[in-house]
Amino acid sequence: MLGQQVPVATAEAGPDKGLRRRWRIGEKFIEGWIFLAGLLAIVVLLGIIALLLKEGLPVFLDTPPWEFFFGTKWYPVSEPPTFGIMPFFVSTLWITLVATAISVPVGVACAAYLAEVAPNKVRETVKPIVELLAGIPSVVMGFIGLMLLSPLVQSAFNLNTGLCGLSAGIMLSLMSLPIIVSVSEDALRAVPDQFRQASYALGATRWETIIHVSIPAALSGITAAVMLGVGRAIGETMTVLMVAGGALAVPLSPTEPMMPMTAAIASGIGNAVRGGLQYQALFAIGLVLFVLTLAVNVIADRVLERQKRKFAR
Amino acid sequence: MRTARVTSRQLSQQTAFGLLAIAAAVVVLPVVFIILQIVISGGSAISWDFLTLAPSQAGKAGGIFPAIIGTFYLMLGTIIIALPVGVLAGIYLTEYAGNNWLTRLINLAIVNLAGVPSIVYGLFGLGIFVLALKLGMSLLAASLTLACQALAMTITTSREAIIAVPREYREGSLAVGATRWQTIRHMVLPQALPGIITGSVLAMSRAAGETAPILVVGAAFLLPRLPQSPLDQFMALPYHLYTVAAHVPGIPESTMWGVALVLLVVVLSFNVLATVIRLRARRRRYSS
Repeated sequence: MLGQQVPVATAEAGPDKGLRRRWRIGEKFIEGWIFLAGLLAIVVLLGIIALLLKEGLPVFLDTPPWEFFFGTKWYPVSEPPTFGIMPFFVSTLWITLVATAISVPVGVACAAYLAEVAPNKVRETVKPIVELLAGIPSVVMGFIGLMLLSPLVQSAFNLNTGLCGLSAGIMLSLMSLPIIVSVSEDALRAVPDQFRQASYALGATRWETIIHVSIPAALSGITAAVMLGVGRAIGETMTVLMVAGGALAVPLSPTEPMMPMTAAIASGIGNAVRGGLQYQALFAIGLVLFVLTLAVNVIADRVLERQKRKFAR
Repeated sequence: MRTARVTSRQLSQQTAFGLLAIAAAVVVLPVVFIILQIVISGGSAISWDFLTLAPSQAGKAGGIFPAIIGTFYLMLGTIIIALPVGVLAGIYLTEYAGNNWLTRLINLAIVNLAGVPSIVYGLFGLGIFVLALKLGMSLLAASLTLACQALAMTITTSREAIIAVPREYREGSLAVGATRWQTIRHMVLPQALPGIITGSVLAMSRAAGETAPILVVGAAFLLPRLPQSPLDQFMALPYHLYTVAAHVPGIPESTMWGVALVLLVVVLSFNVLATVIRLRARRRRYSS
């Protein structure tokens, strides 16, 4: 491998000055592109923010912010139209609540099992399956929720329809499990072994060590894992679009059909006249969604950084 | 007294470990069940005609060939755009960027791009590519949208792959007089290649399964012919599954399961491919 590269290096060191200058210009050209590509992530992020602001903010010229945020009626085609996003916001809350209530205890317990208890063989079978779960497209999860889960939920809770927040929340809990499991497991593994050994030396059992030493030491990482899971649940679109039921009223319980913010955008954008009020209102929902997930992700990132620094010698 | 306390502590440990194992089972079993169910129910729908014919009778009969082809075009278009940019950005972050505010800003942007909901990428694609750049509801607009979404992933995986290349490779190359770019081009990139490929295959798998962005940017449900140019409309597997399952009445159930199976096979086979490349590269590194 090394031997093949030598001629290139000697050619550069060669005597022809004109050739060298041309190389250097070519090199500057490439390095210019490298720099631009490095900036692109910032450009795209700023582009998203700029577009959401430009298309979304004008809705407030027509609908005052308090009516938009606290209004409970979303009637985009009535005369005059009203745009209150409370139903979508509350739906998102319910579904995220259901999803987190399931995925956090199960995910953290599964991570503790993988990091602290499971024999190597079990771990090496379970981990690929968890990764497989992360690979299943959200539309397939929506399809499964539609075909298999919602009939079960309907009969179990004796509902008019199984397409409701609860079904959507259960499907979403499955979808946020992979990130919660993998980030929590990494956090538990990062806890230095001396901590555990000190605990054993004091006479604690393995379980007491997990619950009183490992998990508290990894708490910031686990918190980040939970936040990433929540972010995932808030932003997920297809599953909730297919399973949550799509009702426009403010849902009072998770067993009602509902429409979270992502689904409201996805189902409305096809019919919205470009540049019209409904179009602007949907972009404004996109803005709310963006700010929410951004906040969750920034906090998670901060917490993860802190965890990393904590054990870095 | 003392022995009794120890046994009760051991008992509570056994109970707790049992509960943890149950939690792991709660994660694993649904996955196995979902995949088996799709394979069994979808398997009966799969036939040569299903895979090679265009849909007829509003999707009730015929096959899903245009959706399969559309999805492959999308994967290809996404990676052609996202891979070069991702690799160049990865090179910038590892080989050029200093430890300063700009680098921190770029890294912050990458973390946040990864967390932006897919439907917001859809809105972005609609506003920028479909409307502002006037690409229309096209394969190109959808590929660009998915590429923006894949960007965070291709940058991160390229960066990790390049960082993993040992310093000695760079130092040896620089010591014999190679320039910075020659070192990157001939020493660093070849070593980082397996990692970069793994990342791009994963990004393609992700692009194949994305539905929300292409729903906004305009995938079509039924098209009589395949897209002839990047500016044509297209069908895609995930969007097809969404429409047959949730929108169009009277589609036979076996057809829905069949579409789900084909989509799952495409997405997961690329996932498995990425794992295989990663494992082989790791084995080669250890053996040499």
